[in-house]
Amino acid sequence: MSQPRQQANRLAQGGRIDRSRRLSFSFNGQTYQGHAGDTLASALLANGVDIVNRSFKYSRARGIVAAGAEEPNALVQLGDGEAAQVPNVRATQQALYDGLSARSTNGWPNVQRDLMGLVGKLSGSFMPPGFYYKTFMAPASMWLTYEKYIRKSAGLGRSPMEGDPDIYDHLHQHCDVLVVGAGPAGLAAALAAARSGARVIVADEQEEMGGSLLDSRELLDDRPADQWVAETLEALSAMDNVTLLSRTTANGYHDHHFVTLHERRTEHLADTAPRKEGRRQVRSRLHRVRAGRVVLATGAHERPLVYAGNDVPGNLLAGAVSTYIRRYGVVPGQRLVLSTSNDHAYRAALDWVEAGREVVAIADARANPDGELVAEARVKGIRVITGSAVVEAKGDSRVNAARIAPIDIAGFRVVGTAETLACDTIASSGGYSPVIHLASHTGCRPTWRDDRLGFVPNTVPGVAAAGGAQAVYATAEVLDDGVAAGRQAAVEAGFEAVSVSPPQVPARRDGEACALYQVPHEKTTLRAPKQFVDLQNDVTAAGIEVATREGFESIEHVKRYTAMGFGTDQGKLGNINGMAIAARCLGRSIPEVGTTVFRPNYTPVTFGSIVGRHCGELFDPERYTAMHQWHVEQGAAFEDVGQWKRPWYFPRQVDGKTESMDEAVARECLAVREKVGILDASTLGKIDIQGPDAREFLGRVYTNKWAKLAPGRVRYGLMCKDDGMVFDDGTTSCLGDNHFLMTTSTGGAATVMEWLEIWHQTEWPELDVYFNSVTDHWATMTVTGPEARKLMEEVTTDIDLDRDSFKFMDWREGKVAGVPARVFRISFTGELAYEINVQANYALPVWETLFAHGNKYGLTPYGTETMHVLRAEKGFIIAGQDTDGSVTPEDLGMYWAIGYDKPFSWIGKRALTRPDSARAGRKQLVGLKPRDSQVVLEEGAPIVLDPNHAIPMPMEGHVTSSYYSPTLASGFALAVVKGGQQKMGESVYLPMADGQVHEAEIVSTIFLDPKGERQHV
Amino acid sequence: MFYIHCPYCGEHREEEEFHPKGQAHIARPQEPESCSDEAWGDYLFFRDNPRGIHHELWVHAVGCRKFFNITRHTVSYAILETYKMGEQPTFTAENPEGRPSVAADPASLREGVRA
Amino acid sequence: MSNLAVETVRTFDTRTEANTPVESPLAYSYRRSGAPAPGADSRVVLRERPFMGHLVLRGGAIVLDDAVREVLGVSLPGEPQGLTLDAEGQRSIQWISPDEWLVIVPGGEEFELEKRLRAALGDAHFAISNIGGGQTLIELEGEAAHELLMKSVVYDVHPSHFPVGKGVTTLFAKTSVVLRRPSESRWELIVRRSFADYTYRWLLDAGEEYAIGVER
Repeated sequence: MSQPRQQANRLAQGGRIDRSRRLSFSFNGQTYQGHAGDTLASALLANGVDIVNRSFKYSRARGIVAAGAEEPNALVQLGDGEAAQVPNVRATQQALYDGLSARSTNGWPNVQRDLMGLVGKLSGSFMPPGFYYKTFMAPASMWLTYEKYIRKSAGLGRSPMEGDPDIYDHLHQHCDVLVVGAGPAGLAAALAAARSGARVIVADEQEEMGGSLLDSRELLDDRPADQWVAETLEALSAMDNVTLLSRTTANGYHDHHFVTLHERRTEHLADTAPRKEGRRQVRSRLHRVRAGRVVLATGAHERPLVYAGNDVPGNLLAGAVSTYIRRYGVVPGQRLVLSTSNDHAYRAALDWVEAGREVVAIADARANPDGELVAEARVKGIRVITGSAVVEAKGDSRVNAARIAPIDIAGFRVVGTAETLACDTIASSGGYSPVIHLASHTGCRPTWRDDRLGFVPNTVPGVAAAGGAQAVYATAEVLDDGVAAGRQAAVEAGFEAVSVSPPQVPARRDGEACALYQVPHEKTTLRAPKQFVDLQNDVTAAGIEVATREGFESIEHVKRYTAMGFGTDQGKLGNINGMAIAARCLGRSIPEVGTTVFRPNYTPVTFGSIVGRHCGELFDPERYTAMHQWHVEQGAAFEDVGQWKRPWYFPRQVDGKTESMDEAVARECLAVREKVGILDASTLGKIDIQGPDAREFLGRVYTNKWAKLAPGRVRYGLMCKDDGMVFDDGTTSCLGDNHFLMTTSTGGAATVMEWLEIWHQTEWPELDVYFNSVTDHWATMTVTGPEARKLMEEVTTDIDLDRDSFKFMDWREGKVAGVPARVFRISFTGELAYEINVQANYALPVWETLFAHGNKYGLTPYGTETMHVLRAEKGFIIAGQDTDGSVTPEDLGMYWAIGYDKPFSWIGKRALTRPDSARAGRKQLVGLKPRDSQVVLEEGAPIVLDPNHAIPMPMEGHVTSSYYSPTLASGFALAVVKGGQQKMGESVYLPMADGQVHEAEIVSTIFLDPKGERQHV
Repeated sequence: MFYIHCPYCGEHREEEEFHPKGQAHIARPQEPESCSDEAWGDYLFFRDNPRGIHHELWVHAVGCRKFFNITRHTVSYAILETYKMGEQPTFTAENPEGRPSVAADPASLREGVRA
Repeated sequence: MSNLAVETVRTFDTRTEANTPVESPLAYSYRRSGAPAPGADSRVVLRERPFMGHLVLRGGAIVLDDAVREVLGVSLPGEPQGLTLDAEGQRSIQWISPDEWLVIVPGGEEFELEKRLRAALGDAHFAISNIGGGQTLIELEGEAAHELLMKSVVYDVHPSHFPVGKGVTTLFAKTSVVLRRPSESRWELIVRRSFADYTYRWLLDAGEEYAIGVER
């Protein structure tokens, strides 16, 4: 570890940092010192670190340019340990903390001596726009090889290879007025809105609220601007209708004023969230804000000028120079040259001089600048070179000189001899671009304001831009604008306007700015040294010119061809300059060329914040039945059925080994066929239907008849959609003449409930019937197998189990294990079966009582896999597995469940008479018996008639369900085959991916007990 | 993420509480059996896809479980109105600025449930 | 018909007075996830009130109002999101939908209540379903309850928008909840039995920051 270096660029006093708190940090392995209140960027500048990265495409040395979210270069990889790695952190937005460890995102093997830099330098002129598209196109197989090296040298950070130790969450927020940005406009707006009583949320992305006022030279009410900020924040935080969120970026603006705010709660403290009072705290939080009205006080980003060599470290935005000096007490150099098109930028030169450093010259592109700040600079003895601009920065790893030349902006040419001035810093300003990202997320196209030289947001109902976001820049006007926007928002949200007077700011006369984007060079754009437009994506003025020459005229196409405004940058610094250059090349005006749209997110958001708490064990709800504890204790393997966790099978320990699924299922199947098994069937959907028209309603939604089903009886029913296709099935029991209990498939419960409601509410409101879900109220246990009655006899005294009084498809009520129960004699196994329903709170004791009595009969718990084998042996379908939305009841061969002569045209009936439903050759459900009894066909396997047919073979159908049956000692399957019902006994073939071809015989879907005698015993 | 006024709950609720159910006012033909195959096919399968004002059926699934209609602009995503089953929209393609509300005509209510 | 008499609607008391053990919907959760005891620093406390009587009442407000007043002694909340409690705060009726109300009464009262309501309503068109085994009531109390709910439900729970006497059905994380505010300090969540464990685990996790405690 090397010795900490001196903070050579740190001023002896000034700034908002806490000099009493020294912090140590490391960058690219070197240890440095900074202060509390620093950003990583200000601390790096204080330590004289010039090169912070290598550029994405050309691998050029890059330094810090900006002081905020618009920083294109200083992207770092943050984090000490592997799990804490965070890519693409802007050093300008990262608060310094003790022990911070960061590395440059790009640069291999390091930023100082970059291998790829040489490549960039040599090949620079051979890397036109579209370079990657053109160069690495062929051969396609080589892309993976290229990519490895391109990524290594030009990636945008890397993901951690270990799990994230931090936790994240979401907060659902609602407010009357959301104010984005807490600079002068935002604070004024917040005050105006809050005083009227509105619920206000103020979000600001910086460590401290105050925005431009934190480094302002101006006086508010005759006092330093930051005093007004402090007082205003104090007033706001004292109001309980105001929520202040600093370190919080509004990263996306979605429909109907839904705005996501990304709050970084601990990233200023450590790379992983420290514990608070011994408890975990969230690292970042996503506020999901539903706002009534939104005030966008997002300010403006200063536009750099585009000139040759403008990417060499030491080129900064003029405003950033002021921010570093006034807010952080850091002067990022010794000798400054300023190149500007406006008065505002003069602040940088004045601040620089006041910091005791030399301003070599100000190059002002205007012929006769005459504002107050210009006069102040001249009074201070600063040389102002008018009608001129920096046309080229000299230097390699740091600026060492600026070439200043007189220019003709309209003619886009240099009109005199350049003067070379030695300096180490060049600050530039081409004016401001309102931050309209959020406004454009709403889909509104911005409007170009020629008088303000920028795009401003178009009007969207409920949204107001204020201050810099609206291209209003004079502090007094910004404050007025904020107050007006805040008041208006509150009034629109239904509150009374309260008068709030903004602080007094002495008016300052500014000269008119001129429009300057790309500075001309003595050479043509294509021949001049590189003039960068988008520093993050390495897009140059020449690149844009080439794109227009190659025929890309739409700005959207230019953007995609050059990559301008891509990625995490989202065109914050470069977009307007790029559009202006495209406009110049195409001979059009900027509004004619238009602008591209910005997308969420404004700055990168961690995946953790997006996920919040919805991960790990809380990723999705897991639904449990009342017997779940028992299943877990028995070592059941679970299957996901929708959100339910259902026992899949219950493996036993046999000779010290755990049974495989096949072994367990074979044992469970035989237990049911030979003795008695029990299934937890609680997950089936259950709907309580009451009303005088309940029976009529059932007749309309089921394909079969319900008119004569008597209380005490149960019937199986099929449901179709109106296109005639089966979508669910189940049994419905008649509880009373106007009272039914419908069961649905486990997965179909919610769908069927909504299905009943939509027909009742939108088509047949005249039917008097109500539906209520009782799925969770009842726990259901299916006792099935030849010994089922004997077991039932032991646990009930008041239900007559005699086969002639409690018949198949009857239901009875009484007590089971002392608990009130409804028992249904329905069977999904083909065996004698009782479905016991008890109130779920009693389920576990009833279940355990059944086992207490059932052991002597060999009572065996079985899971869903065995359930599937047993039902398929009987040809019972599973809707959604044996049907897929293209299968009619006739295709299933279930003619017995279709009531064509019912009086009402029930759902699906009309469609079944459409020509397509009636045509021959429809796929029909059949059984398949593999010729080789040990083969278990693959579910989904295609079926052909001629295995020797040339590929592609005509498909005749596919396997829908397939299992091994221990009862039959054979594989067997259900399948849909074209005209299958007429093909009994014929052979079909199933060619598999591995080249094997299985042969199978088409048979009945019922493999066992075709007369259904076993369930009637 | 829409913010939807449920006409039955009388409040705006988050979109996550609702399910969209397709185009509104698709009435099932009263006499399916006497309906031509073409007319039945239209009822089953054909839907509008307008650029502009669209009437949609939604259900307040995690809420009151009532179905209702939304008039929504498919470009701006603005919701111009929501209305109960049996009511008619105020904003239509023909009257994009809305028409004076008309008293519900009892005769149209039966047809209007979906129609 | 053996033990069934023919009737239009078959009511059935699913409770027994017999000494059968019962398991609340959170019984599994306590075993699986534990139940941190409330401490001095607990800013929110969770409490299950299991085995209450829950009835769904369906019908038109005009049809139901008289019967509810007569049988329950409180008027039917006719306005959306309304929640009415009886004088002791033991029995409540909540607006769920224009034709649906949720009645919650002390466990054991629900079957008698259903019978009395049915008798009072006579031939009117209505429906009553007993769903007491299918859901449970979870109470949240404490200064952080409000923020814990903000982490969990999409609905606006700000006191100005969610005064005492309001109740809504809304989204809780990735499931649904009936959320209500019977008193100034107390929130009630009615959750479906099969989702109770998910809800419980969510509340423990989201409540860690407030040192959530579980009263049992």
